Amino acid sequence: MFSARSRITAQSSTTNGGTTSTFNTDSFGLRYPHRLNFYSVPPKEDITIEDFEIWAIDRLRVLGEIESSFVRNRSMDEMKRVTQAQCKKYLPLNANSAVAVDRDAERRKDHVSHFVLRLAFCRSEELRYRFIKTEMMLFKLRYDEHADELNAFVSSLGLGFNSVGSDELKQYEAELRAASIAPLHTDIGKETFYKVRWTKVPDLIERRKVFLHNGMAYVHSSDQSSMVFQAFQANLEKQLEQTAKALPRLDEDNRILPILENLSQGFIAGVPSEYASADETGDGVTADMIDEMARKHWPLCMRNLHDTLRKERHLKHYGRLQYGLFLKVIGLSIEEAIVFWRKAFGNITDDKFSKEYKYNIRHSYGLEGRRHNYPAKSCQMILTTNQPGVSESHGCPYRHFSPDNLEAALLSTYGSQGFTRNDLPEIMSDVKSSHYHVACTRVFEITHGIKKGEGIGGGESVTHPNQYTARSRELEKASSGDGMVVD
Amino acid sequence: MTNTNNDAMQVEDDASSPEVMRIFYQRIYPFKSIFTWLNHEHQPSKLFKYREFAFTLPGDVYLRYNSFLNPEDMKKQVIKLNPSRFEVGAVYSGMPKDKKTLRPGMFQPTLRELVFDIDMTDYDSIRTCCSGKGICKRCWGFIAAAVEVLDQALRTQFGWKHLLWVYSGRRGIHLWISDEEAMMLTDEQRKAVMGWLEVIKGGKEQVKKVNVRTWKTFASNTARAPQPTSGETDEKKPPSAEGGRGALHPALLAALDSLKANFQELILDDQDCFASEDGWKVLLELIPDKTIRSALQEAWASDSDKSSSDKWIDFKREVKLHLKNAPHKKATLTAAMEDIILQYTYPRLDAEVSKHRNHLLKAPFCVHPSTGRVCVPIDPSKVHDFDPETVPTVGQLLRELNEVTDPENQHHSDWEKTSLKPYVDMLDKHAANLIAERLIVKKEEGKSNYSW
Ligand SMILES: [Zn+2]
Repeated sequence: MFSARSRITAQSSTTNGGTTSTFNTDSFGLRYPHRLNFYSVPPKEDITIEDFEIWAIDRLRVLGEIESSFVRNRSMDEMKRVTQAQCKKYLPLNANSAVAVDRDAERRKDHVSHFVLRLAFCRSEELRYRFIKTEMMLFKLRYDEHADELNAFVSSLGLGFNSVGSDELKQYEAELRAASIAPLHTDIGKETFYKVRWTKVPDLIERRKVFLHNGMAYVHSSDQSSMVFQAFQANLEKQLEQTAKALPRLDEDNRILPILENLSQGFIAGVPSEYASADETGDGVTADMIDEMARKHWPLCMRNLHDTLRKERHLKHYGRLQYGLFLKVIGLSIEEAIVFWRKAFGNITDDKFSKEYKYNIRHSYGLEGRRHNYPAKSCQMILTTNQPGVSESHGCPYRHFSPDNLEAALLSTYGSQGFTRNDLPEIMSDVKSSHYHVACTRVFEITHGIKKGEGIGGGESVTHPNQYTARSRELEKASSGDGMVVD
Repeated sequence: MTNTNNDAMQVEDDASSPEVMRIFYQRIYPFKSIFTWLNHEHQPSKLFKYREFAFTLPGDVYLRYNSFLNPEDMKKQVIKLNPSRFEVGAVYSGMPKDKKTLRPGMFQPTLRELVFDIDMTDYDSIRTCCSGKGICKRCWGFIAAAVEVLDQALRTQFGWKHLLWVYSGRRGIHLWISDEEAMMLTDEQRKAVMGWLEVIKGGKEQVKKVNVRTWKTFASNTARAPQPTSGETDEKKPPSAEGGRGALHPALLAALDSLKANFQELILDDQDCFASEDGWKVLLELIPDKTIRSALQEAWASDSDKSSSDKWIDFKREVKLHLKNAPHKKATLTAAMEDIILQYTYPRLDAEVSKHRNHLLKAPFCVHPSTGRVCVPIDPSKVHDFDPETVPTVGQLLRELNEVTDPENQHHSDWEKTSLKPYVDMLDKHAANLIAERLIVKKEEGKSNYSW
């Protein structure tokens, strides 16, 4: 068992938030008495390296979805819906009242995963900015739930909000009433207002939602959340900078660094999905079905590999690997795979094929060597490992093609599926801002006649070529089931 | 040229002449005062040394990321490069002149005065005396009204004290706020200030440009909203619905108070904005009641000589009449009237200038290349008396110098002998206040996070 404890705490020795009560037990007998966490105090127990990585990846899935919601300009409601769905799957956080659930375990995972991602994302200004923005949104979305348990949480933070005394309330009664959107009690003394420097509540100032006098904003208790959010952000910003400064000390552990490296790459690529097993829709795929399936269901990276294979009757090593594993997960059996590849490599002898390629194909199916059943490569792997050289065809076209070539490829590949020149600017702008998975998702929507923002279902973005294909085939099944498309 | 006093144009009046500008920088420009104002103390600090200056050179060459070690260095460089004007930017985390050798992460804007820019262009649709690039004492009234409101709001609401208003050299005004808090604002906070202040929104096609009413509704999250109290039955109606009641935010009520007088004097009496048919048709479109609108339309179309002031009286009378039959419309019509006053007189801000720390703004005392006028500070309490046509021009200043000084005995602070003196004194006094405050802050070092 590996202890990550010293690593996570090392960078935060200077923190001293008001959350020491986090580890007290309360009437529910919980070690984490509150559902929400300000993450002022790092986790103090041992963490296995498996949990270290898996929990972080799970959190990354949630943050990744939030980030693509920003990029896709989703409405707040949509973002909430999509994020809650992801949270439920990967990072559930139940209220104290949910006594049947192991709330401490959920909260511990939330706590630990946040701190692991801090390590991964503190390394550059850009990553810090994106991390803060998405964590901030996650906190806000969660804050809106289970309002009845919020007060206890907020007072545990000890943020020191000063409430306005009754004399002052009377003095500014007219202004406070005029500035308030919510109706106030006829006796102003019964209302709670906090007095804070306006810089702590810029969002309330921007919307002209408070009474402002001499630099002090008079914040009604119903707007307390703004102050909490601001404090959360300020806290996180400060601590991330401290973490960044302390990070070099981590270099001593060579098991953690690659994980962190992967995690921060994951943010760029979208979060890896695991597609280690065949699709549910994938039974009985045979070698002679591949051409047609490719035309209808492949994402651009696989279309590029397929078309290259057909044109050149050959693929280089990494191309074979990327495409072969993809086909395996589609449901192409080992027997069919050998048929497929034998036919594809037109200009070599049976002998050469058996010696040089067959072993590798069987190997990738886990039938040779270490007998490891290799999963297909996720978008993240494709984007970040083994960058293609000039004569190689693997990789992600959105990232690895020149803009001109990408535009041409999109038009020629998807023209017959409704992709037009008018769609190019949007895609190219996503590409330009390095949101490759967003570009790919948008192409999926366009070529499948799906409403913008729906993605591959429920607003999810493409993070794996097999996921793209699986969804495409599902849609086809659904529509042919309705008798819409028969061919 | 708006200056008609000089029949014959003389050499020194040509602000585009490099020779004129060089003499101006050598003998008149108050480098020392500008330095002290930007630096907040006598010894050059990061506030000055890490500050970006951008030069506009003849031939539209724009030179960014200049920085100087001290006022002498600045004067030397300015004279050498002889820009037609220069701008002041942010204080960075390193010296701007070393930008190329610094890692990108090590060169970030950190501090910057909060700045505002008000330009006559934004009033072109309502002013009647001038158009385009022109400006006169009369249309300065719009700027004066804006200064009155902003100066008051920034001092009483935000609590800032160190405000420097500067004439932009042609038809607008700049404001620089140097309070510690204002210097340290993030871009997000600057954006918030603009959200707070901005009232006039919408382009040419949008007739009603004031939409600031808070239409009271229950907070969406009832779990945390206070219970409604008796007598306070609230509508969830959209702002356009009749019978809705929109309170004006106290900050805007305060603005409205000072704008009411401006509206009468400037809009009705001086500019006579509703005299022309185009003018009063806009006014009609801002009235949210069909009966009143058609009554006024009929009256005004048949009497083309009626003054704006009389038309406004007509409007008020029609409202009163109408309320006799429909008293429930009082709030809506009062709101409409107030909104009209705001639309014609509330400050029109160029928000983009203020939102970003690294935005550049022309330095005070630069010369406007086409008018030759110097960008002089303005006392906000006397802004209504300010006349842009009496601001000293570079030509006038050089002539004054020639009259009083012995060419053999030139001195660096020759501005003292010119009509620029009261303006430089104004900046020096402003800077002295900053220095005094900085001393207090320094004494409390440790308590303050004012780290520069
Ligand atoms: Zn004029």
